[in-house]
Amino acid sequence: MKGTYLGEFEEVVLLSVAIRSGDAYGAAVTTEIEQQMGRSVNLGAVHSALHRLEEKSLLTSRLGGVTQERGGRRKRLYTVTVAGRRALEEIRQLRNQMWDAIPTTAWT
Amino acid sequence: MKKPLNSAPQPPRWATRLLHGFCPSYLVEEMEGDLDELFRQRIELIGVRKARIRYIRDVLSLVRPSLMKQKPAEFDASPPFFLGTTMIRNYFKIAFRNLLKNKVYSFINIAGLATGMAVAMLIGLWIWDELSFDSYHKNHDRLAYVMGTQTYNGETGTYHSIVVPLENELRTNYPSDFKRLSLLWMSTNILAVGDKKLAQSGTWAQPDFPEMLSLTMLKGSREAFRDPSSVLLSESVATSLFGNEDPINKVIRVDNKTNMKIVGVYEDLPHNTTFHDVRFLLPWHNTANWWNTQTSAWRNHGCSLVVQVSDQSDFDQLSAKIKDIVLPHIKEIEYISLHPMEQWHLYSEFKNGKVAGGRIQFVWLFGIIGAFVLLLACINFMNLSTARSEKRAKEVGIRKAIGSLYGQLIGQFLSESVLVAFIALVFSIALVWGSLSFFNHLADKAITIPWTTPSFWFLTIGFTLFTGFVSGSYPAFYLSSFKPVKVLKGTMRAGRFASLPRKVLVVIQFTVSISLIIGTIIVFRQIQHAKNRPVGYSRDGLITVAMNTPELNAHYNELRNELIESGGAVEMTESNSPPTQIWSNNSGFQWKGKDPTTDPLFGTIAVTHDFGKTVGWKIVAGRDFSRDFPSDSGSFILNESAVKLAGITNPVGKIMRWNGRDHVVTGVVKDMVMDSPFKPTVPTIFLMDYGWLNMIIVRTNPALSTRDALAKIEPVFKKFNPGSPFEYKFSDDEYARKFSDEERVGNLATLFAILAIFISCLGLFGLASFVAEQRTKEIGVRKVLGATVFNVWGLLSRDFVMLVIISCLIAGPLAWYFMNGWLQQYEYRSKISWWIFAVSGAGALLITLLTVSYQAIRAALTNPVKSLRSE
Repeated sequence: MKGTYLGEFEEVVLLSVAIRSGDAYGAAVTTEIEQQMGRSVNLGAVHSALHRLEEKSLLTSRLGGVTQERGGRRKRLYTVTVAGRRALEEIRQLRNQMWDAIPTTAWT
Repeated sequence: MKKPLNSAPQPPRWATRLLHGFCPSYLVEEMEGDLDELFRQRIELIGVRKARIRYIRDVLSLVRPSLMKQKPAEFDASPPFFLGTTMIRNYFKIAFRNLLKNKVYSFINIAGLATGMAVAMLIGLWIWDELSFDSYHKNHDRLAYVMGTQTYNGETGTYHSIVVPLENELRTNYPSDFKRLSLLWMSTNILAVGDKKLAQSGTWAQPDFPEMLSLTMLKGSREAFRDPSSVLLSESVATSLFGNEDPINKVIRVDNKTNMKIVGVYEDLPHNTTFHDVRFLLPWHNTANWWNTQTSAWRNHGCSLVVQVSDQSDFDQLSAKIKDIVLPHIKEIEYISLHPMEQWHLYSEFKNGKVAGGRIQFVWLFGIIGAFVLLLACINFMNLSTARSEKRAKEVGIRKAIGSLYGQLIGQFLSESVLVAFIALVFSIALVWGSLSFFNHLADKAITIPWTTPSFWFLTIGFTLFTGFVSGSYPAFYLSSFKPVKVLKGTMRAGRFASLPRKVLVVIQFTVSISLIIGTIIVFRQIQHAKNRPVGYSRDGLITVAMNTPELNAHYNELRNELIESGGAVEMTESNSPPTQIWSNNSGFQWKGKDPTTDPLFGTIAVTHDFGKTVGWKIVAGRDFSRDFPSDSGSFILNESAVKLAGITNPVGKIMRWNGRDHVVTGVVKDMVMDSPFKPTVPTIFLMDYGWLNMIIVRTNPALSTRDALAKIEPVFKKFNPGSPFEYKFSDDEYARKFSDEERVGNLATLFAILAIFISCLGLFGLASFVAEQRTKEIGVRKVLGATVFNVWGLLSRDFVMLVIISCLIAGPLAWYFMNGWLQQYEYRSKISWWIFAVSGAGALLITLLTVSYQAIRAALTNPVKSLRSE
């Protein structure tokens, strides 16, 4: 269901926005993911995910002011909402819970 | 976009262009920014070539539905719609500012347009009223009068005065063509209920008549009128007789002779119907109706016959079918035809038995005048706008430089003129509303403004838009055709011929105005000419009383003696028609030396001994009737025209034979104008006959005021005629009424002429002030060099005077042509003399000079220092 389920890539994008908080825009998020995961990501995929997350209101956005960089073009800056943060925490908790449930004998 | 000096590597241009192609506009800036930033980073990380490939891949990855959706725009970035509301709002704002800035011009424009529109609206309402005449009746397209056409003295006349047996003939022989028929005899009767007495005009009618007119019954029913002792009253008569009481089944006494029962009350017929003064209906088949005894009199004309033809009948075919139906019954020739109700009002004149116009002329005439007055107002607007064009040339230049299209500028100026037209509309509606009662009085109408009729508003607004477009079209096209470069450089100079159209328009305005003035003068001269015509008898102090009750018919001598004894009257007589009308025309006279092939028609007036003394006629040969000669009973007195028509020399003592009796001509009187003052005197025979009298004619005592004389006369009439109110008519009023149509035309024409001149002068005033303003510098220089006030005045007035003189030259022949045609319809007419044109021209010139001089002298008096320093 929309609003509850987070895809893997969406989770990564959401985390990147959190990492870059205050300066999270399309290109920055792309670079962050590429650096963190060491793989190349398409800008289109990132933007599409950002839009979807904003629709699920896990992110909000505002248009930044005009600056000298990027030829005077404005950026759209994303922020993680409270709901976004809770979604990330839930995933993490779920993972931890599952990790804790793994019997120690499993790895031997 | 500037290229970096070190020619840094650029992303592939085609990919950027692709992005602009598909990406929604609100996203494109942000995407391009991201792409650009990533490209720069990657050049350092992975090199230019790979960065380019990644750039392309990123662009392609952005081509996905979720990113191509148009987001509901947070800010409006769509291109401005042609004539969008923002722009229109701007147009109106500028228009208002212009109106407020030039208060005098705005006033002239709006006042002129409002007057013109008010005139056009009044005329429109008047025309509508005329065209919708009689449409109150549901069957108005099926009703017709039966007309008889006869030829006498070489003149063919067509009248709806027909013989009674015709009704039965049509009813029995053509049952499928005529659905309903009704004979009518309109008369004035005295209605009495208890003490209340009322003399009103009504008609004797057959039972189908209420149905034919589709009378709206307020009480009772149309069907009940079939009873031959029943009457129908109009609402107004019922109210004045009974007040709030229910009149149904009450008994009413008619002419103090017959009792009848009221069986219904109908809604008063509106003013614009032929029968609007029929206030009650009396039953035809009643013994009190004298005409009902004439059912086999094939030659006695006098009542009318209205028919309702069946739904599929055609009036023309039916007329042809019944044309000859009376011929087998009479020796003379009389043709029968139908005159449809729809033509009664506007096409009431006949020539040789065919419809030949009538009031429709006036509908056309006033329609044209209305259109012209409106045109004058539109011309003002055009003139002033184009004259001021140089002032607005800069605005046009800047608008064009900023990017206004030709079409947009036209739109701007048209919206401006439409705005002015609508402001004028508001004023004109107020004007019409305020002047309607005066106009109704002038035009003898009962017009109201149809506030609630949608078609009225539709027409008014459509017509305002039209006016706005017409008056704004020329300035709009003229102003918007300016070349921006020339205008802004200041080299814009209106050429020598730029003012030519303006001059032509002024000439048109003044031609119309001067023609109207000439026309008005000619109409009034014609009326005055007819009024000054010697009438041959004295009308002052002459009153007539209709003899509508049997009591008055007897006692001739007693009544006369008592009236003279009362001191209120000096003489009294009786005759068969009032002194201002001839009710009876007869042929069939024989005399010695008569041309046997002709049978001339004479006006026949039955009189008593005292007629001559009462009206004051002048005997030119022989003697008046006298009681000293008992043989005078049945004698004739001829007027001069009758002698001429008969061709008798020395008629006194000659014998004329008529209706099987010999009549001696005892005298000849000077012609008296008793019928239309615009026609030659009717050849008239005065016949002494005490058995054929309808009217009492009394000459009041000239020593007393009319009021005192009437106060003395009234008791005498009350004594002899107790059953009726004392109703009388003044002969001079009746005579004056003969001019009412002409006077009405004259008054309306005066009104329109004054308004036309007013509008033209407003325009001229505006133009003059504009010219004076434009030539301020020139006048200043001239004054410095020694020009006098008179020089400057002459300089400014000359142009306008020339235009008015040209208008005079055009208007003179034009007005002469039309007015000569108008005068042709009167046999007794005035001449069009040259001074009328001279006076009108001089008048127009004088008004022009007055209008222009105000501005010219003001300009001439200004201190040249001020005007030369004004830059």
